[in-house]
Amino acid sequence: MTATHRPLVEVKDLHVRFRGERNVHAVNGVDFALDRGEVLGILGESGSGKSVTLKALLRLLPEKRTVISGQIRVGNEDVLALEPEALADFRGKTASMIFQEPMLALDPVYTIGWQIAEAVERHEKCGRDAARQRALEMLERVRIPSPARRLDAYPHEMSGGMRQRAMIALALACKPQVLLADEPTTALDATVQIQILLLLRELQRELGMAAIFVTHDIGVAVEVSDRIAVMYAGRIVETGKVADIVRRPSHPYTRGLLASTVHGAMRGKRLDAIPGAPPSLNEAPSGCSFAPRCKEVLPECSQSLPQAVTVSPAHLSRCVRSTPVTA
Amino acid sequence: MLVYLIRRLLYVVPIALAVSVVCFSLVHIAPGDPLVSILPPDASLQLVEQMRKSYGFDQPIPVQFGIWLGKAIQGDFGTSIATSRPVSQEIYKAVGNTLMLAMAATLIGFTLGCFFGFVAGYFRDTWIDRVAVTVSILGVSVPHYWLGMVLVIVFAVLLPWLPPTGAGPGSSADWAWDWAHMQYLILPAVTMSVIPMGIVTRTVRALVGDILSQEFVDALRAKGLTDWGVFQHVVKNAAPTALTVIGLQLGYLLGGSILIETVFSWPGTGSLLNAAIFQRDLPLLQGTILVLAMFFVVLNLLVDVAQTAIDPRIRR
Repeated sequence: MTATHRPLVEVKDLHVRFRGERNVHAVNGVDFALDRGEVLGILGESGSGKSVTLKALLRLLPEKRTVISGQIRVGNEDVLALEPEALADFRGKTASMIFQEPMLALDPVYTIGWQIAEAVERHEKCGRDAARQRALEMLERVRIPSPARRLDAYPHEMSGGMRQRAMIALALACKPQVLLADEPTTALDATVQIQILLLLRELQRELGMAAIFVTHDIGVAVEVSDRIAVMYAGRIVETGKVADIVRRPSHPYTRGLLASTVHGAMRGKRLDAIPGAPPSLNEAPSGCSFAPRCKEVLPECSQSLPQAVTVSPAHLSRCVRSTPVTA
Repeated sequence: MLVYLIRRLLYVVPIALAVSVVCFSLVHIAPGDPLVSILPPDASLQLVEQMRKSYGFDQPIPVQFGIWLGKAIQGDFGTSIATSRPVSQEIYKAVGNTLMLAMAATLIGFTLGCFFGFVAGYFRDTWIDRVAVTVSILGVSVPHYWLGMVLVIVFAVLLPWLPPTGAGPGSSADWAWDWAHMQYLILPAVTMSVIPMGIVTRTVRALVGDILSQEFVDALRAKGLTDWGVFQHVVKNAAPTALTVIGLQLGYLLGGSILIETVFSWPGTGSLLNAAIFQRDLPLLQGTILVLAMFFVVLNLLVDVAQTAIDPRIRR
């Protein structure tokens, strides 16, 4: 990597606020970058702003009720400045998305084949037959059994895992540069989860795509990602390579998350849960949002937003206790 | 699909049978002797008896039903007591007129209703939405005989653009597809269309709101569809329910609105029923009700089949 290297995806100081009866500051200053072929896992609990961040990348949030500020660049596109038509061209072609619940994310009254072909026709300006042919290839690619027959199946005629495979086929049909996956395995059975994850990782490598995985499951994040970003209350509190995050977590929240998961050596012990609940985000947070739940809280925690500190190479933590690497 | 179709067709048989029992017995439960209205008050008992026999009213009711049903299946509903013409002929003419009126009204109501409904659903909670909702509430709540009279006053009396009543120039009731005849259809059809319009508006508005809040709409946008592309998906998702609603509305309208047909002197089934009731014309009444009920059954069947063709989840 050279100094002039430009990442594929660059998000700078992203803020998302929902207006309405009450304001919700869902995302409060998120920065990250993603290289070609790299996989970023965004880890966080419900309401941490991880899905909102992902949707902001495709500008899928309801325009009337959302205020987005900051900068989002994907490839050469300044996403927040795209005109409606350019935005539609960008979606599905440059970046596409896989949703959490494929049953809800597929249109119930169209066949799978039709829905995939529709996306292909839209972006590749090809005929119906060519698009259908591509749809068939994609179904083969995601290893749906008897794909030719499934082309004419409706979403309700397929199983959950099969539907998610179809969703993946749809998302990848136009060979996007970035795949955004919003909890792609949460709604699936445990055994199917693994299959889908392996499939996604394999396809990601084959196609050389960059990908962002949003999940609340540490196991999933560790399995698929090169880097992990941990989100809390609309901010990335820690980011780094998977190994760094898992072995040397710096932020108390990350440590709490890791301590609260089940792993082999823990039989007979009580799980170490993080006490309390995430804050409501009706006001933009002024200090560290985790302070009220933190075991290691200091007086200065709630006074100002902790700066991101480089605790080891390419490993950032937003905690006043974090000590920067010297030299 | 074929299996579904056959099964659905078979369902019609018991329904039709039940309907015929109900409409035959209802008429017999109702008070009033049909012969009283055609016989002079001083008719001899012998004459009354003879008339009773000639219409078959002396038989036990189940036997009467059997005979009536047997003939009805062959399209013979007996002879009208009031006019002495075959009931089937009377119904045939009236049904033609009502069908035309109901179709025209449904077409207007459905088109406007869908338009208002989609606009309101897409622009929810804006002034456009409120206008559309107000129009639809007015549509279902304005008494349509009143609306009919107002329309006649405005468009036939104050502005002499359209004929006020009737179904054709002069006293002829024979229809023709020319302006001279068509202009008679406009006012009653518009009057009749306001109820289905209101109902369709509200249904479609709710449907569109519901569909737009579903995740697959986000997914459609995420794959790069434009607003127009998404709209086509919304239409196909809304279609089955909208079709059911308009199908049922068409059923009600086919029943012939007695009020509207009376206001506009439209010679349809509503007018026919009206006359049959007042004249205690049993054969005419039974025949008309049965034919209208069968309309409903057939229409339901058609709606079901259309729905199944559009929405694969219904097919089981």
